[in-house]
Amino acid sequence: MNNLLVMPLLIPALTAVILIFLKEQIGLQRIISAVSVFLNIAVAATIVYQVKTDGIQTLHMGGWLPPYGIVFVADMFAALLVLVTAIVGAACLFFSFASIGEERERFYYYTFFHFLLTGVFGSFLTGDLFNLFVCFEVLLVASYSMIVLGGTRVQLRETLKYILVNVISSALFVAAIAYLYAATGTLNMAHLAMRVAEAGQGGIMNVIAVLLLLVFSLKAGLLLFFWLPDSYSAPPLAVRALFGALLTKVGLYAITRTFTLIFVHDPGMTHSLMGWMAGATMILGAIGALAYNDLSRIFNYNIVISVGFIAFGISVLTEDSLNGVVFYLMHDMIAKALLFFLGGMILAASGTEQLKQMGGLIRKYPWTGWMFFILTLALVGVPPLSGFAGKVMMVRSGFGEMHVALALIALASSFVVLYSLIKVFQEVFWGGERNDEAIHPQRYKAMMAPAAVLFVLVILMGIGAETVNDYVLQAGAVLADPAQYINAVLMKE
Amino acid sequence: MELLIALAIGVLFTVGVYLVLSKSLLRILLGTTLITHGVHLLLLTMAGLKTGAAPLLGEKADSYVDPLPQALILTSIVISFGVSAFFIVLAYRAYRSAGMDDVEGSKGERQ
Repeated sequence: MNNLLVMPLLIPALTAVILIFLKEQIGLQRIISAVSVFLNIAVAATIVYQVKTDGIQTLHMGGWLPPYGIVFVADMFAALLVLVTAIVGAACLFFSFASIGEERERFYYYTFFHFLLTGVFGSFLTGDLFNLFVCFEVLLVASYSMIVLGGTRVQLRETLKYILVNVISSALFVAAIAYLYAATGTLNMAHLAMRVAEAGQGGIMNVIAVLLLLVFSLKAGLLLFFWLPDSYSAPPLAVRALFGALLTKVGLYAITRTFTLIFVHDPGMTHSLMGWMAGATMILGAIGALAYNDLSRIFNYNIVISVGFIAFGISVLTEDSLNGVVFYLMHDMIAKALLFFLGGMILAASGTEQLKQMGGLIRKYPWTGWMFFILTLALVGVPPLSGFAGKVMMVRSGFGEMHVALALIALASSFVVLYSLIKVFQEVFWGGERNDEAIHPQRYKAMMAPAAVLFVLVILMGIGAETVNDYVLQAGAVLADPAQYINAVLMKE
Repeated sequence: MELLIALAIGVLFTVGVYLVLSKSLLRILLGTTLITHGVHLLLLTMAGLKTGAAPLLGEKADSYVDPLPQALILTSIVISFGVSAFFIVLAYRAYRSAGMDDVEGSKGERQ
């Protein structure tokens, strides 16, 4: 029992409620939000420390022992993702201060922001499948409001599409939960894992597993990403950074959790299907990233490529590749948020999304330019930076497990990432100056600060990969050996 | 009883999918609500219907109905209620401000 585990939900949820009552006091809203996100980071860091020293932490709500009550679980994987989410959330909040505009702030932007964080933290920490659905809905409802906030025609259209996709996928999620309850009689994930292992993963279980894979793929943008590029182009960039960094990763987390813990007994069926979905995602994402010439679409297709890449790591299902998944997920959350921050600065400085109409920004904004360049290298996976370690672990075990075709696609997708982002770098930062909109220096500094923090993290995660790896190995060990998780939750020795 | 409910679920899903595939926003909206209702019925049926007394200790029966699916349905109904309300308001807003009652009509004008 560790009551600290409920704090990552409680802090943002209470903050959001308090902010509802402070509609007009924008300054006060900002201060409370800032305090709240720093509290999040402190709590998350404490949880990581506790998991590191004492092993998997659990919290049984209301004292109901599993498998009967609602249980919250923090293994190293969940704890690390909570910490990274807290950091990225804080950075996005400070970026919002500089870029979101007073009109949105007055219409409960920060309330939705904190509710979104509540949902994300909850999804990472819950140990119960139905609770996962509830936390998904909390973050989805917040994300609907954040996309539509502002109410332009494009936003309305894209929100309608986004809601429709998510309502249908949520319905399928509940259907999958219903089937699973009928087949096993439990929804506690650890207990499910035990029951499925006892009964064997036959035909019915495979159908349920594929249904769950479909649902999570819709949320993560794995293969079924048709809604993603348009919907993620509609809101302002601070929101896009938050979505690109967090929302797809929640879907990936759910896939990782269910397909390393519960449905691991027939990898020839479920995991090879996931592998081919990952391959197709990387190829289609690459085509998208190469095809478009506007900034947000290139960035959005880069999200799709990395989703495919991580799913490839999950489908290989060795301890090495799962370590890689953990490492790469953490890297990708930070790097994608930073990518959208820099994109936001580029947009503010040039006033357009079309690459052809930009140019020469390096003279006015050298720091943005070089940060973008180094971030590109990090996303591709050039050694001293943060993308390298995770990528190498996943691709290595891909070759080792004879998933050669997929590993080659994964490597090729890195080249596409390199090409598409270097193209952006060239068009935006080199050549003659074409922009005449200058950002106010004060505002530029305010946008630069959170970006710089994430940039330092990208570098530190690369250079300090050994230290990070200690934690990652502990996370990967639990993922590779579900018995540890099951024993901790069901309190067996 | 289960068979009857299964048929009802099938009908709800069929009608729901048919409505979601149409052009008008209002029909799509009704379609999603029907699909969620089908899912709720599915959730209720999955634990078996009428297998015992109501899950109250005062009933003093030999066997009780499994209360968990009912708790799950309550949660799910509340969520779908909220999301549908949001969806309806959004559809109304889209209709008022942009004249989009028709999904086809919302195309064009990319950014």
